[in-house]
Amino acid sequence: MTIPDTQEKWSGQITTVTIGATKAEGGTRGRSVAIGGQSGIVFLSFDGETPHPPTIALDVLDKQPTDWPQPLEEVYGDVWSDPAAWAGRAKELGADLINFRLVSTHPDEGDCPPEQAAATVQAVLQAVDLPLIIWGCDVPEKDQKLMPKVAEAAQGENCLLGAVSEDEYRTLSAAAQAYGHKLIALSPCDINKAKQVNILVSDMGYPIEDIIIYPSTASLGYGMEYIYSILERGRLAALSGDRLMAQPVLLDVGLEAWRAKEARSGDEVADVWGPAAERGPAWEAVTATDLLQGGADLLIMRHPKAMQAVRNAVGQLVG
Amino acid sequence: MALTGLEIYKQLPKTNCKDCGFPTCLAFAMKMATGQVALEKCPHVTAEAKAALESASRPPIQLVTIGTNENEIKIGNETQLYRHEERFHRPAAVAVRISDTLDEAAIAKRAEAVGRLAFERVGTKIKVNLVAVCNESGDAARFEKAAALSAEKSGLACLLMSATAGNLEKAAAALPAKRPLLYISDPLQAEAAAKVAKDNDCPLAVRADGVEAFAELTPKLGSAGVDQLVLDPGTRDLKSTLEALTLIRRLALKGFRPVGYPAIAFTTAKDLTMQAIEASTFIAKYAAVLVTDAIEPWQMLPVLTTRQDIYIDPQKPVAVEPKLNAIGEVTDSSPVLVTTNFSLSYYSVEGEVEASRMPAYILSVDTEGTSVLTAWASDKFNAETITEAMKKSAVEEKVSHRQLVIPGFVAVLSAGIEDESGWSVQVGPKEASGIPSYLKKQWKVQDTAN
Repeated sequence: MTIPDTQEKWSGQITTVTIGATKAEGGTRGRSVAIGGQSGIVFLSFDGETPHPPTIALDVLDKQPTDWPQPLEEVYGDVWSDPAAWAGRAKELGADLINFRLVSTHPDEGDCPPEQAAATVQAVLQAVDLPLIIWGCDVPEKDQKLMPKVAEAAQGENCLLGAVSEDEYRTLSAAAQAYGHKLIALSPCDINKAKQVNILVSDMGYPIEDIIIYPSTASLGYGMEYIYSILERGRLAALSGDRLMAQPVLLDVGLEAWRAKEARSGDEVADVWGPAAERGPAWEAVTATDLLQGGADLLIMRHPKAMQAVRNAVGQLVG
Repeated sequence: MALTGLEIYKQLPKTNCKDCGFPTCLAFAMKMATGQVALEKCPHVTAEAKAALESASRPPIQLVTIGTNENEIKIGNETQLYRHEERFHRPAAVAVRISDTLDEAAIAKRAEAVGRLAFERVGTKIKVNLVAVCNESGDAARFEKAAALSAEKSGLACLLMSATAGNLEKAAAALPAKRPLLYISDPLQAEAAAKVAKDNDCPLAVRADGVEAFAELTPKLGSAGVDQLVLDPGTRDLKSTLEALTLIRRLALKGFRPVGYPAIAFTTAKDLTMQAIEASTFIAKYAAVLVTDAIEPWQMLPVLTTRQDIYIDPQKPVAVEPKLNAIGEVTDSSPVLVTTNFSLSYYSVEGEVEASRMPAYILSVDTEGTSVLTAWASDKFNAETITEAMKKSAVEEKVSHRQLVIPGFVAVLSAGIEDESGWSVQVGPKEASGIPSYLKKQWKVQDTAN
């Protein structure tokens, strides 16, 4: 009996995007991080190459969080009032990148002025030499003023800036292009929107190979399977040659996983669900590794234990 | 090669007798073509037709039944590589290991703990299905005793694992009519174990290292009359197991019969979080039986939730219970927001209300799990259904004001709801992401006592 050939013949490949710039590359980062580049279904060595295994950014806020549960407070509580110190902690813990959210710029969170936020970004850049992902506050009127200042302050550092969407893309893509940064393109749970954003942004003259797709994220148990299938469909399209879906994918795992009550509930539910110290990180880690099977390249995470477990799994999977 | 519905139809009696449960022979043929019904359901098919249809009558992956009565679980019959193509049909059986080297008290204690590994999520009970008894001692009497004790104390169906067919025979006999899944780890004893499986009417899991080895083994077992098989590709680490499971699924769906059976996978990590990661990864990628040492509830909760998520029918929206939900420390002046009971709609709204840190009520209306716009278009989210949900939930006893926030996309419903319910309507944001700023800036109690 002959065994049928199961080798898939892919015609496409995920683009490779590099974040961060070293001195030689015109920045001050200790190293840059490349993501993407896959030429087959994720983690199957008989299917294609995985030149850049999925990589992990740890979450840092520019303002002390008020709703992070105990297991996270234990890790960051002593530094989270100071973004630069917090970023330093993330580096010590072994993050590949820093994910920096300018929460305080939100009109309801202090409405921090753009100049001040830009100064904070510079402080973080000076405190740690990891590549940076930077997000505005998701209020379009504010982000339009904020992000050009931030982009300018981080000029030459080749950061990843978030996020452009179908409705809001002009200011940010112009700023990213002017100051040499990469772009996150948001398309919540929708492949056609992902393509649409890519078209809109590249029509502005921004290079499509510098875009990262952010299809939004859902926690395990809270719609994770929607994102999982969006990832699989996107990967299949990209590998079949669709250039508009060939960009690497970013997922905000930490934020979503720690929103789930399974992760954030304390030890009052330990009888049924087990101790919070183990349960939360495990929930975040499994959300991440499940979604990695769908196909993702850059994960934002929160708990170091979850990050280490995911990194361990990725290390084994790329062999 | 699978046959089309019409090719199958040609072989059927064409009497439309309905004895198969379908209205016509053609309807039956169409179902059979998609692997959803077996030829055996047609009582009148001729022997020649049966022979002609043999290959098409068996789905690409055999349906295997483990356990009996309330513990019965059916695995296999999968038809897809990717869940979005259709769906994954039969959730993996999850098994937790117990070694027969433990003393009786320890076995009983562990079996009870395995039996308790069940959780309630979105109105559904998710649980561990099997207790996996390992004949690590190599001793038949010990194995037999451990099997009986584990079955009794866990209340679950069993997976009996041994390297020796003779020991499997003893243990299987200790569980009469319980239909445990037998697992023989020594490939050389597979045929002897097949005889045990046949004599005791049990499904059998066999190990073979590589596809070539299966190509030799399973046809032999098949011709001995054992087709309730489960395959162990012999891999034990994360990467090679993921690859082996994928290869088996791809080959089976291409119609390669020797591997057209459900697959079994084992977690081997020592670290407890890694066990949960291995288990979830194998469940996402094609394991039909998952064997693990993960016995802590915090390990099993994400594993069983992964299974629940991955096996959800992508064409069927997932609904939450339609009811009034209090988010945070609500008072009688807290806002009341209405949305549908489509899980993603509801959880988006809930997430944003939590993020706003403003206590609020969310009323999820029964729209059969459809989203706001879909439910509105199909007339399931309208003034009547919303008013009815308000009455049913007794929201008027919970708050002293009479203001309802509706999704921005259905602003057109405002007047109708005001007429029907007597409440005033405030039009909220179109997207859930606008809720925090809406609640802070725009929402105001206008007619409360205070």
